[in-house]
Amino acid sequence: MSRPWLLALGALVLALGLLVPVRARAEPWQQVLRQARGQTVYFDAWAGDQRVNTFIAWVARQVAACCDVTLRQVPLEDTSAAVTQVIAEKAAGDDSDGTVDLIWINGPNFYALKRRGLLYGPFAGQLPNAALLDARDRSNRFDFTVPVDGYESPWRKAQLVFVYDSAYVKHVPHGIRGFPAWARRHPGRFTFPQVQNFLGVAFLEQALYALTPDPSVLQHPVSQALFAQVTAPLWKWFDQLRPYLWRGGREFPVSGPAERQLLEDGEIDLMPSFSPTEAAADVAAGRLPRTVRSYVLRRGTIGNTSFVAIPYNSPHKAGAMVVANFLLSPAAQARAGNIRYLGGPTVLDLKRLSAAERAHFAALPHSPWMPSDPALRRVLPEPHPWWASRLAAAWERRYTP
Amino acid sequence: MRAPMLTTTAPSSSPRMRPTFWLRQAPRITMLLFLVPIVAGLAGTVLPAFGWLPALGGRELTFAPWLRLAEEPGVRWAIGLTLATGWTATIISVLLVLGLCARWHGRKPGRIGRAVFAPILAAPHAAMAIGVGFLIAPSGWLVRWVSPWLTGWHQPPDLATVQDPYGLALTLGLLVKEVPYLLLMTLTALGQLPVARQLEAAAALGYGRTAAWLKIILPQLYPQIRLPIYAVLAYALSVVDMALILGPSNPPTLSVLALRWFTAPDVRMYFPAAAAALLQLVIVLGSIAVWRTAEKIIARLGRRWIARGRRRSRLEPLAGLAAVLVSGLGLLGAGSLLVLAVWSFTARWRFPHILPSHWSAFAWREQVGTILWPLKTTLGVAVAASALAVVLVLGCLEYEQQRGPAPKSRSLWLLYVPLLVPQIAFLFGVQVLLTVSHLDGSLLAVVWSHLLFVLPYVFLSLADPWRSLDSRYARTALCLGASPGRVFLRIKLPLLLRSVLVAAAVGLAVSIDQYLPTLFAGAGRVVTLTTEAVTLASGGGRRVTGIFALLQALVPLIAYGSALGVSGRAGRRRVLAGVSA
Repeated sequence: MSRPWLLALGALVLALGLLVPVRARAEPWQQVLRQARGQTVYFDAWAGDQRVNTFIAWVARQVAACCDVTLRQVPLEDTSAAVTQVIAEKAAGDDSDGTVDLIWINGPNFYALKRRGLLYGPFAGQLPNAALLDARDRSNRFDFTVPVDGYESPWRKAQLVFVYDSAYVKHVPHGIRGFPAWARRHPGRFTFPQVQNFLGVAFLEQALYALTPDPSVLQHPVSQALFAQVTAPLWKWFDQLRPYLWRGGREFPVSGPAERQLLEDGEIDLMPSFSPTEAAADVAAGRLPRTVRSYVLRRGTIGNTSFVAIPYNSPHKAGAMVVANFLLSPAAQARAGNIRYLGGPTVLDLKRLSAAERAHFAALPHSPWMPSDPALRRVLPEPHPWWASRLAAAWERRYTP
Repeated sequence: MRAPMLTTTAPSSSPRMRPTFWLRQAPRITMLLFLVPIVAGLAGTVLPAFGWLPALGGRELTFAPWLRLAEEPGVRWAIGLTLATGWTATIISVLLVLGLCARWHGRKPGRIGRAVFAPILAAPHAAMAIGVGFLIAPSGWLVRWVSPWLTGWHQPPDLATVQDPYGLALTLGLLVKEVPYLLLMTLTALGQLPVARQLEAAAALGYGRTAAWLKIILPQLYPQIRLPIYAVLAYALSVVDMALILGPSNPPTLSVLALRWFTAPDVRMYFPAAAAALLQLVIVLGSIAVWRTAEKIIARLGRRWIARGRRRSRLEPLAGLAAVLVSGLGLLGAGSLLVLAVWSFTARWRFPHILPSHWSAFAWREQVGTILWPLKTTLGVAVAASALAVVLVLGCLEYEQQRGPAPKSRSLWLLYVPLLVPQIAFLFGVQVLLTVSHLDGSLLAVVWSHLLFVLPYVFLSLADPWRSLDSRYARTALCLGASPGRVFLRIKLPLLLRSVLVAAAVGLAVSIDQYLPTLFAGAGRVVTLTTEAVTLASGGGRRVTGIFALLQALVPLIAYGSALGVSGRAGRRRVLAGVSA
């Protein structure tokens, strides 16, 4: 077929695709497994945390052994790179032979792709292990308030915690309003990542939760005027905090791990983290001293779920689904929940597991350096993705020299 | 790393003949491989910069991207920062190198000097930046050596010694990498001048040593190192990987800002990103033009100064200072690599310990499995790109010799374009080209993009030895009835084996250092040691970064070493075999 014809056909398929939402037929799982055999799945995943990379390498070995799927992590500096890639491929008309098969995604990046119809699905419901998911957990069904609708499959949970070294500081702020006073007493000893980073903007959102009278406005986009009104107390609060931040609040670490390095180097005493187990794992591995503690703010902190999604133009959708399903397996979840490897609460409902599978979770080593379980239950839902981008932009405008 | 840019001498006269069909294609293929991506790349940046990119809904030419760019917070500061760091680093590099050479009076650097500078030259920019960053940080190695016994600091001070808003740390990092490079270029160029004889003559006329060097050697030397200096200026103004690690982030330099927007989730940022990339190009070309003008002015003033005939120079102590500073930079570079090696075996290393309190080989054990793939890709791409470059360059050079000496070719300048044009200004367009041709993310695309940077260096390091080969060997063989092809294979190649292998090693090293081309052409999917190291460096994990950085530095070093070793042993034997066959 000549090239113009191919293009025309592609456009036609695209037009039909826009009219009829991409809807995966309910294929029996055996067929998916058969198709997946021999496929190479390119998994675009943020690679800033070495423990996650190692976990993904373990997953790769498992899916190779069980299902003959080759999993390759495409290490990303920022998940948005994968989003740009899929959008660029769509722009170039690359509708069936994309370079991304699976993305570790959530929040604004999920919203950006889902809104443009660039995700394959709904597929999550077809995964056999999806039956084990904790259905009561809202964050498994709504990603930053955006309905998941089966276009991504959960695999991990995260929650904002604060980490400090009790050898150096005895008292830490247990509420957002306490931060300026604490920082004044410990000048230069607290910071958070730059707002272009998800953790940096999450800290601002956490502050907004505490400072705005009615946090329900954070569940949807608002008008320019309302945005200014809602964020006014945030900027007032930040102006009090900023002079006492690390580097006088003029410079910020580029990412969570860069900030963790600062704690390790002793440049700061207190930092936010999006992993309740990060500090505990570092203590266990001997990288941080046993005096390090993590805690959750008194009125709760923002929490979310990490998902994996499949781009609409992935040539290896079956293989990607096999990987997504494996991530939900009790074996993978127990490994991810083990503080020796990753650590953290599971996305599964333990009641739905068999007794033997449940035993894996019960046997997980407990770490004294983690926040307590009741504390981790105080989870606030993530604001709508609109807020993250608007807050970052407004912050840049206010505080960039 | 950057490779020696040898100055070109006039081709030695050799017998004229009609090159075969395939040989005639060599220069054409080379230029095509070069022109297509550069032209397409620049077009792919210029058009979106003025709003034209139908794929994203830009269907009319407007100045909107520029207005948007001007509105973005921090753009003005970013431009100032770019100019300040790029110019400062280049001016200081040039002054230090010239001062040091004036001080050395044409003596060759000692064994120790070479042992220190070779790994620094081989180590990729990103790795060096990470090492330098840890050395000079407030909690870094230098402060730890003197804390707390001297400074009284039990906690690191809150000083912005890294990622400072004025880009001083970035400038220092650039100096650590650019000074050895420029020094190597200068020493190579000096090797072709009768320095010792002229200095003796000057001394006989009563000139002080530094004065003689500045007044007699420098005017002959400068034209030969002009191009490397422009390359340094262009590089320092548009560097991305070092700026990500050592430069400030709020706001960063213009090239980092452009990269940030190119990869933003909001695709509309593409347009201001393209405008920023084009602005980057304008800044580099403008800076080179300004430098050229300054050269002319200084040359005019300098001629008057030389004509006045003073025998002593007040710059003598300054030249001494340059020698001290260059040694300091060498130590800083070597210390950076050393500290990365230490970090890769570190379990815990808290401030103010001078060495880790807990050691562990955990990071190495953990990496054994995951390192193989990027290592294989790195080597595969590097070998393919440098082999291709060597073949093309040999074809071009052989064509040139067989066709006979040509008038000074202007197309040669084309080879330098990838070295002078900021990568960010045309790589984005290259990515669009690759995506449209469905090549993006393929190894072929990565090899091609590397070729753009590998080929100029291979050409520059091979052209001189090839052209200066005594043409009598070839003529004798031809007289004995050998075909030109046979002369090439049996005489020229064996005689120049060492140069060919060194050029290939240079190509290998250049390929391994490529960050942005790999990222853009590989669609993030082709993972090399360098992309991995930069990704990890942004994540801050120094242990793993140390492993990758060490490997990055080791691979080119091994390549150089084996190139010299193999050619040393086999070279002579093969020539004899070739001649007698």
